[in-house]
Amino acid sequence: MSTGDRTVNSPEIRRLARVIEPGHSYASVTDKISSIVLTRPVSIGWLAGFAIAFSLLMLMTVAIAWLIIKGVGIWGINIPIGWGFAIVNFVWWIGIGHAGTLISAILFLLNQQWRTSINRFAEAMTLFAVACAGIFPLIHTGRPWMAYYMFPYPSTMGIWPQFRSPLIWDVFAVSTYGTVSALFWFVGLLPDLATLRDRATNKPAQIIYGMLAMGWRGSARHWHRYQSAYLLLAGLATPLVLSVHTVVSFDFSIAIVPGWHTTIFPPYFVAGAIYSGFAMVITIAIPLRKAYDLEDFITMRHLENMAKVMLATGLIVAYGYFFEFFMSLYSGNKFDVFLVHQRLHGPYAPYYYALILCNILTPQLLWIQKVRTNVAALFVMSLVINLGMWLERFVIVVISLTRDFVPSAWGRYQATFWDYSTFAGTIGLFVTLLFLFVRGLPAISIAEMRELVAHTSEEHE
Amino acid sequence: MNVPHTNVCYGLLGEFDSPKELMAAARKVREAGYHHIDAYAPFPVEGLSQALGLGRKHDLVPLITLIGGLGGGLSGFFFQLWVNASSYPMNIGGRPLNSWPAFIPVTFELTVLGASLFAVFGMLAMNKLPQPHHPLFNVARFKQASNDKFFLCIEANDPKFQLQDTARLLQSVNAQHVTEVRDED
Repeated sequence: MSTGDRTVNSPEIRRLARVIEPGHSYASVTDKISSIVLTRPVSIGWLAGFAIAFSLLMLMTVAIAWLIIKGVGIWGINIPIGWGFAIVNFVWWIGIGHAGTLISAILFLLNQQWRTSINRFAEAMTLFAVACAGIFPLIHTGRPWMAYYMFPYPSTMGIWPQFRSPLIWDVFAVSTYGTVSALFWFVGLLPDLATLRDRATNKPAQIIYGMLAMGWRGSARHWHRYQSAYLLLAGLATPLVLSVHTVVSFDFSIAIVPGWHTTIFPPYFVAGAIYSGFAMVITIAIPLRKAYDLEDFITMRHLENMAKVMLATGLIVAYGYFFEFFMSLYSGNKFDVFLVHQRLHGPYAPYYYALILCNILTPQLLWIQKVRTNVAALFVMSLVINLGMWLERFVIVVISLTRDFVPSAWGRYQATFWDYSTFAGTIGLFVTLLFLFVRGLPAISIAEMRELVAHTSEEHE
Repeated sequence: MNVPHTNVCYGLLGEFDSPKELMAAARKVREAGYHHIDAYAPFPVEGLSQALGLGRKHDLVPLITLIGGLGGGLSGFFFQLWVNASSYPMNIGGRPLNSWPAFIPVTFELTVLGASLFAVFGMLAMNKLPQPHHPLFNVARFKQASNDKFFLCIEANDPKFQLQDTARLLQSVNAQHVTEVRDED
């Protein structure tokens, strides 16, 4: 409640400090959130959005089918640029997921009330982003039907994975992250599924939500263990989320390629992940609260706080860029110095300048409160940051690989139609899943909102 | 609660409007000497477990989680060691076969994975979920337990349970709609 302490009497400040608009009761919260799933008719807007997203998803299935038929040669990758879009997109998607876990776990441990109405869809976003991310390394293997080789299983050939490789660490980090995020999400959903079971009026919905709710009845004994499990999961997810992007950054920093082999990568990757993730949460929250009249629950306070987190993590990322730049020059290593030169003047320099513009310069506007509380400006800003974080990974992957040590091994990278369509397809998958989620499950945690109502009504008394 | 019911009467259910009333009622019912009671709320109510007399010892979830984490981490580490140093030794850049720092990332991930799986499935198991059938679901008004009402149930297997007296007690602690819960199978 730091914002409330300065000038408590200003109505404007009080409006901005609200995590829930006044006048809500347990029943009104239940009604409002569950009606989106249970009673609201399907709108034209939803159908149109879903149709576009689903078409993109179909484009992805075509692109992947063609890839499996022809091989990775249909992409722009070559030797020496073996990574290209697949890894750029993988890192981008995984990074986006991080904000969901940060909101649900870290802000829970820090006892931040404003996390309550945004944690559910942010966690859903995490799951869907991990699903999109997981596709890329899988299809990038070239023979995705052999991908199970990466898991340690007792094979008749007697071979095992090489556990000293960051790529195997990645398999474990990402699959653990996906599993734990799903568990956390499901545990959070359990009481709300019971609400939907009890309020559904048609038989199929009662049966489906009834099975998912597992017979939850809100017993005090159950809540007691539920809360300790939830707290423990939050405590476990916190170091996990920091480890995941650290391990992703090891994919780069353990290698000796100029521009990758640097110790600053883990912290600045994690900060970048949270940065892009919050941008994506804002990208989703703004249309969501508009379309389903959730302005009472997702208030300006939420948007402003998320903008502040973006600003803070953006500054950490800027610090990372600066020190990457500085250490390359200061090291005196001729390959590192040359890489800086390539970023500033090489064939991909426009990408680097666009990255600086999107990730460092534009977000400085967030220092101004008028920008942080302007919904349209925030939405545009979040898209710019999403783009900037994608460019960051492009710069890291492509510039380093096109200009490494020996000029005879230099190359150029040009993404093809199939690169773009696979990327657009995962965006389609992500949006499709989000659209289905909003209509099928409560996008805001009802039980936690009731708790919030209980707390705020106590404060008034 | 574990004993199979011979009586078709499961207990008496009283309804309340706010968590405060529920807590006050729970305290009074406990003071009256009842022990087989449970409360039902649409969100976790602070202090309700204490009002019902449930101590920390009822909660084995932290211990289960610890076991899961230790199990995941230790088996993960020694499995990697066995694989890369004994079953399928590989010389990678001249590093020793037991290059344990390289095994730490996977060990960490498996610790978290083991602990999380045990926390969630441990919680569900201790709560005896999934449990599709429960006598309380026979009470129509109990649907509100997942919306905005709070319930207190005095179970029939309590030694002090007497249908008339217990119902009177529930009414005296301001419960509305005191209903008999019957298990119909």
